[in-house]
Amino acid sequence: MYRIGIIGDRESVLCFKAVGFDVSDTTEYEEARLALENFASKNYAIIYVTEQIAKMLESEIEMYKESPTPAIIVIPNNRGSDGMGMRAIIKSVERAVGADILFKDE
Amino acid sequence: MAIANVNPTRMELTRLKKRLVTARRGHKLLKDKRDELMKQFLEVVRENKALRESVESRLGEVYDNFLIASAIMSRQVLEQSLMFPKYRAEVDIKTKNIMSVNVPVFETDENKSDLYSYGFYGTSQELDTSVNRLSGLLPDLLRLAEKEKSAQLLAVEIEKTRRRVNALEYVMIPQFEDKIKFIKMKLDENERSSTIRLMKVKDMMIQEARAK
Repeated sequence: MYRIGIIGDRESVLCFKAVGFDVSDTTEYEEARLALENFASKNYAIIYVTEQIAKMLESEIEMYKESPTPAIIVIPNNRGSDGMGMRAIIKSVERAVGADILFKDE
Repeated sequence: MAIANVNPTRMELTRLKKRLVTARRGHKLLKDKRDELMKQFLEVVRENKALRESVESRLGEVYDNFLIASAIMSRQVLEQSLMFPKYRAEVDIKTKNIMSVNVPVFETDENKSDLYSYGFYGTSQELDTSVNRLSGLLPDLLRLAEKEKSAQLLAVEIEKTRRRVNALEYVMIPQFEDKIKFIKMKLDENERSSTIRLMKVKDMMIQEARAK
């Protein structure tokens, strides 16, 4: 069986402990990077990352985009979303189609 | 287009003709693949977008409840109550094949009757609500991960396929066509010049015979 991990600031990710995720709470670049590497090298299927951390680890996350596991998914933290997750979708649309055809009318 | 050293021979001509046929067939197949991938991709991406919208707003509610809970309860108690979760979240990965792209399908067993890893004493109701809501959100979180990963993988594959289609359409096939045309013209030219030579030789032989 594969596990699920989550990286983010303490207040946002603590509640995920209750549903059995493996939590790594940090706001530092170096720690977050190590946590991501640690999760990715073990058998984690999904790693959720808060937007705040995802911004710091952009190039690291990019590396895992082409491999089937782990899936690194950006979620908002408890201060709400600034639309980074949506931008990731737009980015993959642009990559595939060459232009943003789904969201441009918004 | 510039023709870089082609041997104007019949063998080369047959070889090039064969390659042109293969390239055309490959081009057609890849184009079909690209179109189908695109269709699948757009479907996945639409789902992905809808899922993300719903997950993000529901996650906000969970955070709100949790925030209230953490305001009511002391930090120590809160951390203690969540320290030992009842079960670990585990998923099974199966793969689905979309046009030879293997995309993951996450599956989890859902026999989670008792969520709460803490007693009712000392914990607040808001904590229960947020834990409850979060576990309700779990299937959708998994599906979001699934769709988002699929979209990423499909995007990579579409990009590759599109490059191949374009390379065949705009580089390989025109090059072959030009080379074939060049060889044909060269061969025709050779043929004409040998005919002319024969005619000339014949003329010369006739004149020689008349002179005698």
